[in-house]
Amino acid sequence: MSVESTTEEATSGFNIHPMDQFEVHPLFGDGAIHWYTPTNVTLWMGLAVLAAFLLLVVGSRGRAMVPSRSQSVAEMTYGFVRKMIEDITGKEGLKYFPHIMTAFLFILFANLLALLPYSFSVTSQIAVTGILAATVFISVTVLGFVINGPSFIKLFWVSSAPMALRPVLFLIELISYFVRPVSHSIRLGGNLMAGHAVVKVFAGFAGALGIGAVIPITAIVAVYGLELLVAFIQAYVFTILTVVYLKDALHPAH
Amino acid sequence: MEGDIAVMGQMIGAGLASIGMGGAGIGVGLVAGNFLSGALRNPAAAGEQTATLFIGIAFAEALGIFSFLVALLLMFAV
Repeated sequence: MSVESTTEEATSGFNIHPMDQFEVHPLFGDGAIHWYTPTNVTLWMGLAVLAAFLLLVVGSRGRAMVPSRSQSVAEMTYGFVRKMIEDITGKEGLKYFPHIMTAFLFILFANLLALLPYSFSVTSQIAVTGILAATVFISVTVLGFVINGPSFIKLFWVSSAPMALRPVLFLIELISYFVRPVSHSIRLGGNLMAGHAVVKVFAGFAGALGIGAVIPITAIVAVYGLELLVAFIQAYVFTILTVVYLKDALHPAH
Repeated sequence: MEGDIAVMGQMIGAGLASIGMGGAGIGVGLVAGNFLSGALRNPAAAGEQTATLFIGIAFAEALGIFSFLVALLLMFAV
């Protein structure tokens, strides 16, 4: 309802609405969207996977002792994620390295590809990040019960607190456990969506100002630099939280 | 007329909801500032704690993101 009333303000040629960039539309034609319809989300997710593939498989194909540029980027990424898991969970967490590395690379490349003009930011869709976070949540919960059996409940039973407080803390811990996938997914999606919307808002100013557009364009450059940082940091934060949740499943005792 | 008041309510609500993001800003600033003051006292131990820094920032930020989401829902989904 409110969308139409706000778009009419821009009178010049550029009629940019900041949220238009997040619209999902079919790749071919414009029919209804079913679960099997290839959309722009599908395209950019595929490109993110392709970029990760190119880096890890094609980029490090030389297997040189002295790595080339692309091979050393691939090796550094590998070592970075591996060290992160080892630091937080210890050796036993390395079994789950493939999933965490895959998630990290997918989010990183989706974030970076979204910075290209006229591209689509896959990770700003709550549906995409929600599935990523739900995968982590469900697998961690199942893993916790498989590894520890019923004693996984001890995660919520804070044994270091006074006896009278423990039921209250149990409730709080339980709620915070179930809020995890929500904050996990919305943090990534919200950050990306907010950043891209800000760029588009400034682009709208630039369209309306004429010669004074120098100021908003400078601002866009600055925000773009920030967005590059955010793309890395959010991929890192998503991954590190995945590892922290995994640690809870492996060592639930408080 | 009735619709206009509803739109006004949406806009005011979205504006009020985004106040919450200021709280997240304060929280992230506190986390990063305290990390820096600790790191300058003992730079040798700082490197190992950057993961903790980012986890702390992420948790502080989460609630701000919730208020941002409420604002977005009011603007575009209600």
